[in-house]
Amino acid sequence: MSANEIPSREVARRVFADEFNDAAFTFKESDDDRAPVYLLLPTGAKANRVFFVGTLTEKDDVGEDNEYWRGRIVDPTGTFFVYAGQYQPEAASTLRDLEPPAYVAVVGKPRTYETDDGNVNVSVRPESIQVVDAATRDRWVVETAERTLDRIDAFDDEGNEYARMAREEYDLPIDRYTESAVSALESLEEGDGDELGFDGGKASGSGDSAADADLQPEP
Amino acid sequence: MSDLRTHAAEIAEQFSDHLDVDEDEVAERLENLVEEYRVPVDEARRSVVNSYLEEAGLERDEIGRGGNDEVLLADIDQDEQWIDVTAKVVELWEPRSDSIAQVGLLGDESGRTKFVAFETSDLPKLEAGAVYRLGNVVTDEYQGNFSVKLNKTTSIEELDEDIEVGDDSVTVEGALVDIQSGSGLIKRCPEEGCTRVLQNGRCSEHGDVEGEFDLRIKGVLDDGEEVYEVIFGRDVTEELTGVTLEEAQQMAKDALDTTVVVEEMREDLLGTYYRVSGPELGRYVLADDVERLTEPADPEAVLIKARSI
Repeated sequence: MSANEIPSREVARRVFADEFNDAAFTFKESDDDRAPVYLLLPTGAKANRVFFVGTLTEKDDVGEDNEYWRGRIVDPTGTFFVYAGQYQPEAASTLRDLEPPAYVAVVGKPRTYETDDGNVNVSVRPESIQVVDAATRDRWVVETAERTLDRIDAFDDEGNEYARMAREEYDLPIDRYTESAVSALESLEEGDGDELGFDGGKASGSGDSAADADLQPEP
Repeated sequence: MSDLRTHAAEIAEQFSDHLDVDEDEVAERLENLVEEYRVPVDEARRSVVNSYLEEAGLERDEIGRGGNDEVLLADIDQDEQWIDVTAKVVELWEPRSDSIAQVGLLGDESGRTKFVAFETSDLPKLEAGAVYRLGNVVTDEYQGNFSVKLNKTTSIEELDEDIEVGDDSVTVEGALVDIQSGSGLIKRCPEEGCTRVLQNGRCSEHGDVEGEFDLRIKGVLDDGEEVYEVIFGRDVTEELTGVTLEEAQQMAKDALDTTVVVEEMREDLLGTYYRVSGPELGRYVLADDVERLTEPADPEAVLIKARSI
């Protein structure tokens, strides 16, 4: 990319936790040091950024000298791990202050690291973490199911280079992601998406400060 | 039928200066081609026009491209179409190249579209604010945006009327994934017509100035496929956050820091879904209207899709 070209912002992919955690392969599309690093999703897309909404179920300060917060954020298919330290001060302070369980929306970058036994773990380095309401969580589940199905639908298209890459790198049956998308959608129909016990109707109210109070998890 | 009738009327009108063409006769020829010989309407029209051209000894250019449609600017959706438009010159811009005589924005009730006139076409200059009927302009497409080019054969007729220019607003939806710097409580340059946002009390044009407070949000909406940069002006920002400019100034005063305003906005707005409508300006959508999407999402349609895979 030339110096005077404004790089366009990377889109935030929608991906469920089970597919995200199955990903391990990262790549760049240029030799530039600052070129974006992409995580290859098993359904055939590149992700330099993700957006997800789920339930923060646990948070721990796993840092030694400095604060380093780890959060477990659960969606209908699995768990996202987010890590925020001194270089993500806003996300770190959000994690410090939050009491789980709470619905949170996370924008962040995928990070991979190889464990001693040779497995690759995937986590998210958050750019922002915000408390949201149940309606937003449900909307994300539906949207993410739709985006996932779109990718699966296009998986066998000729010229889908990321699908070709996913076949080479992962060799995973992608049916499983259709199934998990379906069960995620079905979980909304059954449970009314309200497992935190607050009133979705009330929380999705006018967006004024009274409604915001409703966004806090109840004690 | 009535369609063919319209085409016939247009063709007859086109040749009225050159030939004694009877509308019924044109219609009959069109009907013959379309109904007897199953020729597509466009092709039939072309063929009939050609035969009249020959009869009149004219070139295609001389009568305008086979009777252009009068098109509303917002309806332009194809590259290289020859059309007529009636529009007001909304803005004239500084041409960036010597080959361009004029460049700017045309507007009609449907919206706005960029126009370009080239030096080589040697056309009379359009004036800002005036309304023209422009015959025989050609559409152009660049990265999904359409414009019109004037050319040597373009007819320009100034009309003594005004047009209420519509906004061609776009509507985008997505999660608000970022609020960018330059958002919240900002200061603008007070110089007449400037309104630039100050950086550390300085205007890039007028230097150190006593700025005027304003509220705005430069946000990023993301639907998982596309990224949209949106700008919420003061009114929309106040409505969305429930914080007025006066309250924001008070917050900043209490905290001795203007950034508390944008921090509160981030907490309030990030991570939720919005539908934003407004005109596009460069890479931004200027939000006239913002709606927080709170209606329960409906999994049913997506389930049906899933089961069809």
